[in-house]
Amino acid sequence: MVRTENVCRHYRMGGGVIRAVDGISLTIERGEFVALLGQSGSGKSTLLNLLAGLDRPTSGSVLVQNRDLAKMLLEDLAQYRRNDVGMVFQAFHLIPSMTITENVELPMRFAEVDRAERAQRVRQALEQVGLGHRFEHRPSELSGGEQQRASLARALANRPQLLLADEPTGNLDSRTGEDILNLIHDLSLSLGMTVVMVTHERALAERFAQRLIFLGDGKLLSQEALA
Amino acid sequence: MKSYDLLELAVRNLRQSKLRNALTTIGISVGVASLVAMLSLGVGLQQLATRRLAGSGMFDTVFVTSKQDFRGFDREDDQKTEHPEKAPVLDEPARERMAHLPYVTEVEPEVRVMGEVVYDSQTHFGFVTGLPMSARDNEAFDNLQGKFFSGPNVDEVILLNDFAKELEPNDPIHLIGQEVTLRYGERRALPADSDDRPQLSGAQSRSSDSTGGDDFGFSVVRKSQALKVVGIIQEEPYGGMRTVSRGRIFLPVDLTEKLSMAQFTDMRSSLRGGGGKTYITLTVRVKDPGKVAEVQDAINKMGFRTFSVLDATKSLRRFFTVLDLFLGIFGSLALAVATLAIINTLVMAVLERRREIGVMKAIGASDSDVKRLFFAEAGAMGFFGGVLGIGLGFAIGKAINVGTSIYMHRHQLPSEAVWILPPWLIGAAIAFSIVVSLLAGLYPASRAARLDPVQTLKYE
Repeated sequence: MVRTENVCRHYRMGGGVIRAVDGISLTIERGEFVALLGQSGSGKSTLLNLLAGLDRPTSGSVLVQNRDLAKMLLEDLAQYRRNDVGMVFQAFHLIPSMTITENVELPMRFAEVDRAERAQRVRQALEQVGLGHRFEHRPSELSGGEQQRASLARALANRPQLLLADEPTGNLDSRTGEDILNLIHDLSLSLGMTVVMVTHERALAERFAQRLIFLGDGKLLSQEALA
Repeated sequence: MKSYDLLELAVRNLRQSKLRNALTTIGISVGVASLVAMLSLGVGLQQLATRRLAGSGMFDTVFVTSKQDFRGFDREDDQKTEHPEKAPVLDEPARERMAHLPYVTEVEPEVRVMGEVVYDSQTHFGFVTGLPMSARDNEAFDNLQGKFFSGPNVDEVILLNDFAKELEPNDPIHLIGQEVTLRYGERRALPADSDDRPQLSGAQSRSSDSTGGDDFGFSVVRKSQALKVVGIIQEEPYGGMRTVSRGRIFLPVDLTEKLSMAQFTDMRSSLRGGGGKTYITLTVRVKDPGKVAEVQDAINKMGFRTFSVLDATKSLRRFFTVLDLFLGIFGSLALAVATLAIINTLVMAVLERRREIGVMKAIGASDSDVKRLFFAEAGAMGFFGGVLGIGLGFAIGKAINVGTSIYMHRHQLPSEAVWILPPWLIGAAIAFSIVVSLLAGLYPASRAARLDPVQTLKYE
């Protein structure tokens, strides 16, 4: 499903070069739930952005379903983000002026899904994440956990095959965080989605992920498969 | 993204910062209003000038003569005409053909004869002029007392004020509705000569060579006609080449033809002799002063000599194009300021919505989606500003018209609409407002599209 080959992402800053991701090669199978772990600045979020097609590698390749994101045009990358990837962020990143329904509907507007079908898919996605009663609320009227559920519903709207979660529990208390990961886990099983999650909470990662990948200084330090 | 989604999101976004966007939209509307008010003023003034010029009757008229006649007046023209003796004469078929030319509204002979009006057992001499029905639009009739002829062939007369005073020194207006008698010379064909050939002007056949023997001619017989005075005018309308003198007595031109009034120019006709009615001069009225040259050309091609006052509307149009340009530039100044307001508003929006733009890109919006969204917002502001501006401009224009009419009224002048909003300007102003807004949106939109989603999501 996902394969990186010696992928690098270097930034020039001041006089020096920051090697945020430095020659990582890894493979993630279809339907797998993988956790990326590491200290701050280890390069996990940068790697996730490369997988999401939000950023481009300085060298190496990122292959998702045998398509090299490094060689894609900007417009194709946008289409890839729209149709093949769902993203969940630590800060939820819901648009505050829009209702939950409108937030979940937004990626479908970009994907040019018909209006009637959109309404049905919004309802379905919100029900899947247990927010069937919060359609017309604004993000500020929801708790952190509910906002993350809404953000997950938005990520699912275009039925992606790859779910990328950047510290999805970072802004939540441990119980709510667990609920969210339970939900992501269940959805990945029921929808057959591949999940790549960035986290620094090893205990949670061990409970839900099938494999742990440890990063440090932009390099892949080790991998640990879990039963 | 589909267009309706784009518009829906754009209007939604505009509603988020109501006050700021409303102020920007009002700014655009003031710009559009000033542009519309200025350009409409230009259009109004141009129409006023054209109307006045057309009203003088000088610029929409072509005078036609036959090249057989009046030779020697224009040497250059004479030299160009190789065989003037073979040139066509102004007869009834020629008049018909001219009447059917495009843009021609009327073809009438020029009638100017001597006459005598008998009123209150006194006789008063004056020149009688035939007026076509179209003369009603002439500015000389703006101050008509009474009314114009009720038809093209009625026994009615309009008098020049000076002449009316001669008839009724104390109260010339009293003449309106009164009956007067007009004495005139009727042109009557001579009876056939002793020889057998038909010889009368106005008779059946014609042998064109005037080698002698065919004595054509007419006699002038004094006749009287009762006429009802229907109106009095202050000045004589511009009626043609003024070959004789100022007319003081005006009759419908068809009536003068019906009465066969003898004209000076009949002398020329009698020299030519022959059958069929011929004219010395025809006055061709053209729908639009701008088409005079075209009609003149067509008549020249028919083989006649034409004369028209140089088309003053041409230089008038040139003047008004320059005036419109300057009015447009001044009107656009406010819109230029409004453009800066749009740029400012949208740049602010881009800054405020950095995170939102980043999120949209992360969930699948392409650079062009983001760009189009900001364009749509700019365009929507342009559209609403344009519509509002038209309304505002209309109100300003109405105020100009009311103000002008009060001013004119105070100076005892008839009110004139100096501000006219043509329908094309409504569409053009809204379109212009949208285009200007889109241009103003270029920079903010491309700035928004270039935002790096990773950066915007990292720092917010």
